[in-house]
Amino acid sequence: MYETSYHRASSVADAAAKLSSAEDGKLVAGGQTLIPTMKQRLAAPSDLIDLGKIDGLGSIASDSSSVTIGAMATHASVASDGSVSSTIPALACLAAGIGDPHVRNRGTIGGSVANNDPAADYPAAVLGLNGSIKTNKRTLSADDFFTGLFETALDEDEIIESITFAKPQKAGYAKFPNPASRYAMTGVFVAQLADGSVRVAVTGAGNDGVFRVPEMEAALAANWSKDAVASVSVSADDMLGDLHGSQEYRANLVTVMAKRAIDAAV
Amino acid sequence: MSAEGIGARVLRKEDKRFITGRGRYTDDIALKDMTHAAFVRSPHAHAKIVSINGSAALAAPGVVAVLTGRDLADDQIGGLICGWMIHSKDGSPMNAGAHPAIAADVAKHVGDQVAMVIAETKAQARDAAELVEVEYEELSAVVDPTQAQAAGAPQIHPEAANNLIYDWEIGNQADTDAAFASAANIVAMDVINNRLVPNALEPRAAIGSYDPAEEAFSLYNTSQNPHVARLVLSAFVGIAPEHKLRVVAPDVGGGFGSKIFIYPEETACLWASKRIGGRPVKWTADRTEAFLVDAHGRDHVTKAEMAFDANNIITGFRVSTIANIGAYMSTFSSSVPTYLYATLLSGQYNIPNIYAEVQAVYTNTAPVDAYRGAGRPEATYLLERMMETSARQLGLDPVDLRRKNFIRSFPHQTPVIMCYDAGDYDACLDSALAAADYAGFPARRAEAAARGKLRGMGFSCYIEACGIAPSQAVGSLGAGVGLWESAEVRVNPVGTIEVLTGSHSHGQGHETTFAQLVSQRLGVPTDNVQIVHGDTDKVQFGMGTYGSRSGAVGMSAISKALDKVEAKAKKIAAHLLEASEADIVIEGGEVKVAGTDKTLGFHEVALAAYTGHNLPEGMEPGLKEGAFYDPTNFTFPSGTYICEVEVDPDTGKTEIIQFVATDDFGTIINPMIVEGQVHGGLAQGIGQALLEGCSYDLESGQLLTGSFMDYCMPRADDLPSFQISTTETICPGNPLGMKGCGEAGAIGSPPAVINAITDAIGNNDLTMPATPLRVWEAANAVKAAAE
Repeated sequence: MYETSYHRASSVADAAAKLSSAEDGKLVAGGQTLIPTMKQRLAAPSDLIDLGKIDGLGSIASDSSSVTIGAMATHASVASDGSVSSTIPALACLAAGIGDPHVRNRGTIGGSVANNDPAADYPAAVLGLNGSIKTNKRTLSADDFFTGLFETALDEDEIIESITFAKPQKAGYAKFPNPASRYAMTGVFVAQLADGSVRVAVTGAGNDGVFRVPEMEAALAANWSKDAVASVSVSADDMLGDLHGSQEYRANLVTVMAKRAIDAAV
Repeated sequence: MSAEGIGARVLRKEDKRFITGRGRYTDDIALKDMTHAAFVRSPHAHAKIVSINGSAALAAPGVVAVLTGRDLADDQIGGLICGWMIHSKDGSPMNAGAHPAIAADVAKHVGDQVAMVIAETKAQARDAAELVEVEYEELSAVVDPTQAQAAGAPQIHPEAANNLIYDWEIGNQADTDAAFASAANIVAMDVINNRLVPNALEPRAAIGSYDPAEEAFSLYNTSQNPHVARLVLSAFVGIAPEHKLRVVAPDVGGGFGSKIFIYPEETACLWASKRIGGRPVKWTADRTEAFLVDAHGRDHVTKAEMAFDANNIITGFRVSTIANIGAYMSTFSSSVPTYLYATLLSGQYNIPNIYAEVQAVYTNTAPVDAYRGAGRPEATYLLERMMETSARQLGLDPVDLRRKNFIRSFPHQTPVIMCYDAGDYDACLDSALAAADYAGFPARRAEAAARGKLRGMGFSCYIEACGIAPSQAVGSLGAGVGLWESAEVRVNPVGTIEVLTGSHSHGQGHETTFAQLVSQRLGVPTDNVQIVHGDTDKVQFGMGTYGSRSGAVGMSAISKALDKVEAKAKKIAAHLLEASEADIVIEGGEVKVAGTDKTLGFHEVALAAYTGHNLPEGMEPGLKEGAFYDPTNFTFPSGTYICEVEVDPDTGKTEIIQFVATDDFGTIINPMIVEGQVHGGLAQGIGQALLEGCSYDLESGQLLTGSFMDYCMPRADDLPSFQISTTETICPGNPLGMKGCGEAGAIGSPPAVINAITDAIGNNDLTMPATPLRVWEAANAVKAAAE
């Protein structure tokens, strides 16, 4: 690891100020991506601004129609929070399946979504549930938020504060993990939202990051069953291909995991 | 006999310190005025080193020195060696290229060290290493062993034309060809044994320390064989004569073979300490370095054919293998694809004619050397896939075909050197079949099919040769060293015992099992026994631990030394008790006259030996005896492994439903430790079969699987609960009847897994690791062919 200066932010405003005054600063939430990257000397921020001690940034609140999760809520706390599991069980289930216990106890929803790793789980839920991302500047819709591999609509000095998910009629998530990293090789989140509209969001597979599958959404809107998506396939050309999964394999997994997500949906 | 003797499940004495964080590993050691090294490593697979400018690095904070291969040559430090001479078919010696500790002219693989930076702290050394300016002229690279000899392939060493190190053969070609000419059936197949990265939990580490006043060196090192390291560093590398070089291998966190070898970094740390005036130099690999430069394992490409007569009796086996040695010949690399591989091609079967040829080639990859099993997994994988494939092609039950060809009388001389001394292959097979409920498999397969899943069952009947001795035999085959083992048993005046062993424990539990042997023999509690190992200043010359040899060879040396201790103790007791020496027995910690109440505590005899007040006429005082043990033959553990899998055809994911392992290890000292060894070996073998595959980019030679994000190690949830058991035939070749158990799991399991998957999907064309991607593709190929 290269030398870096560590700062503890007292508030989101303080974090933004510290970030803007740093030469090449980076926000650190749970640090599950940034810290290993720094240890491998692949990232060298001049300053690290820790969001971990900001009051209330990790809180989870819900009412009968939605749940709002603070950016610093860990995967473990989302997985075990009673209001999340009663409002959107698929979201709790997704959080419970991220990484391993160490990762879940440190990693945060805000960190995951801001990083937008193409193989992370949360982007599929945020896009699949049409979540609203509240930052220190504005509120962004999921469709506007994710802009490509490791790319989001966040400005340089913009910090996620919370994400709000409206309670869907039903939702499910199924992933096929990469055997080595256990990131999603393909993860599919399916949801029928409160207004009856259907979303199918895929992570891990797309060569431009998390994406929706309109053909599956249309098929499911007409007939919510796994048979409806069984015959829908995505183009292998749009998939990632690597040592662990060819483009054709990932395209196959999109359909297979979509069927399993529908099976799992509650 | 004692409650802690042979056969007792004694808890491991060493675990208290490991579990409580009190283990003392090389990286835990901090010497006064110690400096830290970082290596500048080649980013290219093959490149000429045009120039190295270390001035910016030297000016960086805390930097003590920047050293290069030129400095090493100026100090006349020799290159690293390969200690096993192999001769080609034409009688010529192998073509070994130079292996400098720091490359001076050409970098030959990604990660090859081209400069060394020494600084006050590890962070300073690493920061400064990035400031070393190396100008490279990139050369084309070859990483695929089948391409190494192709026309136009880059030449890696001038000594090895066409990158061919040797073209070796074993067996009788004419007889084998004749068997094929008259065969009723011939089965042919191509098999790849995938390259693996050892990944011991503790990465390699070294501290080199030079004492200018004594003109002596010390090396603290993650080594499985500190005396061999000292010998090579003295006699060949020329660091210092042996009496001026101490090598200490303290607690070592796993080796699996990868810590047998004498590596460049250790050598450089020793040399550099003198170069900088005697300050110690420490280097600890990070995981990235471990992936790049630890000696890898396996990497064979083989074509094989088996001949059968009309009764399905094997009449011949013909094998042609290309072995990837990597960019340099590591310490024992030459022996692995030859005498540790092709000598096991007879397996458990009576095969009258075998002919194997092996071409070993250089490539622009990390060196390849012994890794848990070393040659024997490659032989077993080839033979046991061949047996299963043959059964399928001949339309036979794979169990029946094996039984038809089993060796049943011993000793059995194979056509490939080995003479098996004992075994009962039917007993292992019967036991495993019962445990696996072979008869119930068709019903289980049908039930799985009803759920849309593909079930398969696969077998593996392995044999291995362990001990890697006798010395005369390995010497005649080209080994540069003898492969006996040494022991010294020191009885202290109070009757407690220290055992100095040339074996080295890096996970095997020697501190427990070796003490159990002493307890068995002398009747003292294991708490009264201390096992001393791993320090050339403390322990007599010994050969170290690899090849499942510490029980059969190392403990046999202890047993011989105990014979001498017992004999002397009996003489002293006979004298003190005024009895005939022949009537003295040692039982339960007492030395007594058999059938009488005349007795002395063992500690009383020890004290008498050291006071010397009343010893038999002419006897020297003291009670301390040493022994060297050189076996008469290899040992031959064997077993049957059965794997049952269920494949998800939609994703290609394989689940191991059950894994049965029945092994014959001869005498077992501690069943709990043996079970642990089998579990660990199975995990590594299943890892090779399903998960682990080291991969280089074919064009650039970059390592594609350079971290755990891409190189998949087995985890608990990848494995079933193993059903293991043992049968026992006593090894007649050593006094304890032991055969060795450390490598069996890794040797026997890969073919069982792949045979099961290929059975499930109905496609024999499957390469390890059988990742979901590959299994899905192979299952799809069957579907496509049917459509």
